Order: sequence, then structure tokens, then C-alpha cells
Amino acid sequence: MNLARRVFWIKLLTILVLMGLWEGLSRSGLFYKGVLPSTWMVVQAIAGELADSGFYHDLGITLLETSVGFVAGAIIALLFALVLGTNAYIRKMIEPYIIAIGGTPKIIFLPILFLIFGLGIESKMAKAALSAFFPIVLSVTSGIVQIPPVLLRVGRGFDLSRWQMLTKIYLPAVTNSLLTGLQLGIAMAIIGVLSAEISYANAGLGYRLIRDADQFKISSVYAIIILIFTVSATINFAIIRLQQRLNRHERSREAADVVLVPVELKRDASTSALQS
Amino acid sequence: MARAFNSAVKSRRPLVPPALAGLLFLALLLALVEFAVRADIIPRLVVARPSDAIAGLVTLQNRADLRDGFLITFRMTAIAMVLELLVALPLGYFLFRRRDFALAYSGWLAALFAAPVFLLYPLFLVIFGRSEITLIIMGFLPGVIPLIIQVEQGFHGVSSTLINVGRSVGVTAWQNFWKIMIPAAAPSIFTGFRLALIYTLINIIAIEYLVDIGGLGRIVADRYFRFDISGTYTAITAVAAISILFNWLIGRLERWVRPT
Repeated sequence: MNLARRVFWIKLLTILVLMGLWEGLSRSGLFYKGVLPSTWMVVQAIAGELADSGFYHDLGITLLETSVGFVAGAIIALLFALVLGTNAYIRKMIEPYIIAIGGTPKIIFLPILFLIFGLGIESKMAKAALSAFFPIVLSVTSGIVQIPPVLLRVGRGFDLSRWQMLTKIYLPAVTNSLLTGLQLGIAMAIIGVLSAEISYANAGLGYRLIRDADQFKISSVYAIIILIFTVSATINFAIIRLQQRLNRHERSREAADVVLVPVELKRDASTSALQS
Repeated sequence: MARAFNSAVKSRRPLVPPALAGLLFLALLLALVEFAVRADIIPRLVVARPSDAIAGLVTLQNRADLRDGFLITFRMTAIAMVLELLVALPLGYFLFRRRDFALAYSGWLAALFAAPVFLLYPLFLVIFGRSEITLIIMGFLPGVIPLIIQVEQGFHGVSSTLINVGRSVGVTAWQNFWKIMIPAAAPSIFTGFRLALIYTLINIIAIEYLVDIGGLGRIVADRYFRFDISGTYTAITAVAAISILFNWLIGRLERWVRPT
């Protein structure tokens, strides 16, 4: 059996074994009735959620809170990263605090966000922004710091304006770190919004989950968790695909450069920039 | 001439060292907030005076038993970490030895790593109740995933020369694992351990906050639910300071294990 086929069978068998274990445990009587619903009940609950308009309303609220918060957090993070990445003194001054706060559990800041932004969707957006900010700022700052100095010298050598430096040198050079940061940031934003909704909300998937858990609708809880995991995995997958596409584009552009620009000319351009 | 100028620029020291400037900047920020709250520009019901929040650190010990909270969270984290190591070391080694299983599971592990695993807590609450077992499981699940990934990567990075030398002197599979593989993969395993520790701690504090049980997270929730604004800020400062200290210590330990 070749490797790809073996991998396929391992995946399939693992899923079957896990489902069998689940089914066995649910029928074993080891747990209180309803605590571990059968797989069929969960499938029914998923279908029930998908047929319920309330689910889409809550999904819409969660996606709105996540996307607005994420965009706000990402913009602030990029501005910070630009300053921190291009100014070593300010980086040494502020980065330790960003790293320190970035490693703390953000949920403990929820009371402050509730006090400042209220209990509505604004506080959830703020939580998404806060959660997304740290991975993006750290990833992009590190990306800017790692830009080969020769690229910056080439830019300065060609007397590029600040805007041109940003769009022609910095942005292309940090594409990978930016996408990694955005990927982490969106995952954190989703977690941030859900935790805030669980803590206090009257709409959104986190609220829906905790409401059903409080009402002991366990099948629905499983269904909502599976649906949330699916949404989050889809977003994650989309960003990974985007990253792969950009990387391919970058590679093909580099290959085209190699073909179109004679090596000697490229070397001349970089050495003249270094001299200036 | 240009070289002399460059070396002069390089040797020029800033007037204020950046670390000190950072501290001054933080102090200035806090002073501004203090002024804004005292002048009622920011309502006291929304933001506590920084001086009250910092002074409250002394009284917080009496009101909410910070020490006890820290010990509870620390104990839960330690138990979860031991379980994570017990699961991740053999599983990571297995994935290293069996490429087919590694290929089958690596995508799932990466997806789980990014998934909001903490959402599973209502299910464990139903099964185990508002108990320490729920906290330990909720710390274990998000921590074990990065640890498995790092352990597998660590074993992959072990030089084949080391393994061949081991074979040539006739070591057993057990000796190969403990005497060659584990020490050689230790730096990468420790990176996984650090990541796992941070995820475990963050998730345990999050569940403590949401369910109002356990240690540090519960203290923040407790102060907030009592609408003790200054106490809430104090509790947040204390919990943030403890986790910053914790992360710093782990970072130092990692640098000791993995000098660069």
C-alpha cells in the first residue's frame, strides 16, 4: 500500500474508532442520561441548528464582532509594528511591555472592557481587537527587524519616498510575517469574542453555547461547538491558502526577475546602492 | 572618513537608556490616567485611580487571599503539565517513528491548535461538575497539542550521526530513547514545554474566571461581580504581574536550557 493510501486509511479508521468509542460510552450507562448524547443525536442537533434562523443571527453577530475587532486591532498593531520595527530605540523601550502583556490571559481584562465599552457588542469588538493586537504586532515587528539591510539600502539608494519604501520594500518583505500574524490574530480574535460572549452577552455563538449548556441541552452544546470549530477552521484554512498563494506568487516573481534581469545588472544595482 | 563617521554614530549612546525611558513612559501614562480620573475627565466608575489599584495590592491579600489563589492555579497548572508530558513524549516519539501516522494527524493537530478548545468546558462541567478535574482537563487539552508537535519536531532534528553512534555501540531501544533521543531533542521539547505551560496557565485562569472557581481567575471575577472597581483593577494588576513574572522565569529557564 502506498503512503497516501495508508494515510487515508489511518484517518478514516481513527474517525471510526473515535465515533465507536463515543457511541459505546454514550450507551454504556457510565454517564448520567443526556451527558454524553449518541452521535446520531448530535448529528440531529447540528441539522436542527443549521435549520434555525436564530443560529445564523448569532453567527452573524459573532462574525461582525470578530471582523470589526480584528480589523481595528490589526490596523493599530500594524501602525505600532511600523514604529517599533523601524526605530530600535522605541522598540527597546516598548516591546518588553508588549511581550509581557501579550503573554497574560486576556480574559482578565474583560471587566475593564465591560466597564469602558459597556455590555453590548462594542466590548466584544474591543476584546477581539485586544486579542488580535499582540500576535500581529509581535510577528510584523519581528518581520521588519529581519528585513535584510541590503534591501533597505537599495531603497534608499534609489531615493524612494517614505510611501514607496513602505509599499515597495517593507510590505513585500514582511508579507510572510504579516500573514502569520494575521492568521494567529484572527484565531485569537475568535477566541476573544467567544470568551466575552460566554462571560456576558445576549447574542452571539458564545452566548448561544452557554445558554444551551445552562438549559442542559447537551446535544445542542456539542452541535454548536462542532459548528464553531468548523467556522474557525474554515477561516484558518482560507488564510493558509492565501499565504500559500502569495508565497507562490512571490516565488514566481523572483523567478521572473532572475530571467528578465541579467545577474550582473542586479549585482550592479545592489552594490551601487550599498556604496551610496 | 565615512567609516569614522559610522563608528561615531554607532558609539553614540542615547541620553536615557531605552529600558529607563520605557519605565518613565509607563509612569507618565499612569500619572496621566491618575490626573484624568481625579479631575473627573474619566469617570471613577469606569477606571480606578492607578494609585488606588496599586495600594490595593496590600489589602487584596486580606480580602481575596491572593497567595492561596496563586497556589491553587499553580497546582492545577503543574498537574496538567505532568499529564501533558506523560502523553506528549510517547505520542510525539510515536509520530516521529511512524511517518504515515504523522502525516495523518499533523493537519488535525494544527487545526486543533488554532481551534477554541476552551469552548469544551461546559461539557466537562456537566461530567465532572465545578471541580478541579474540570480545570485540569481544560488546562491539559490546549497545552498538550503544541507539546506533541514540538516533541515530534525535536526528534526529527536529532542528528543521524548520534543515532548511528548509539547503534554502533549496541544501545537498546530504551537506552536509545532516554540516553540519545531525549537529551538531543531537549531544546525543542523545552520550547514545546514553554508554549504548553503558557497555554495551560492562560486556559486555567480563563476557566477560573468564567466559572468562578479555583484561584487567580476567580479573584478577578469575584472583585468584578462585587462591583469593587478599584479591587477589580488591583486584582487584574496582580494576576497580570504574576503571569508576567511566570513567563519571565520560563523565558530565563529556556535561555539556560537552550543558549543561543
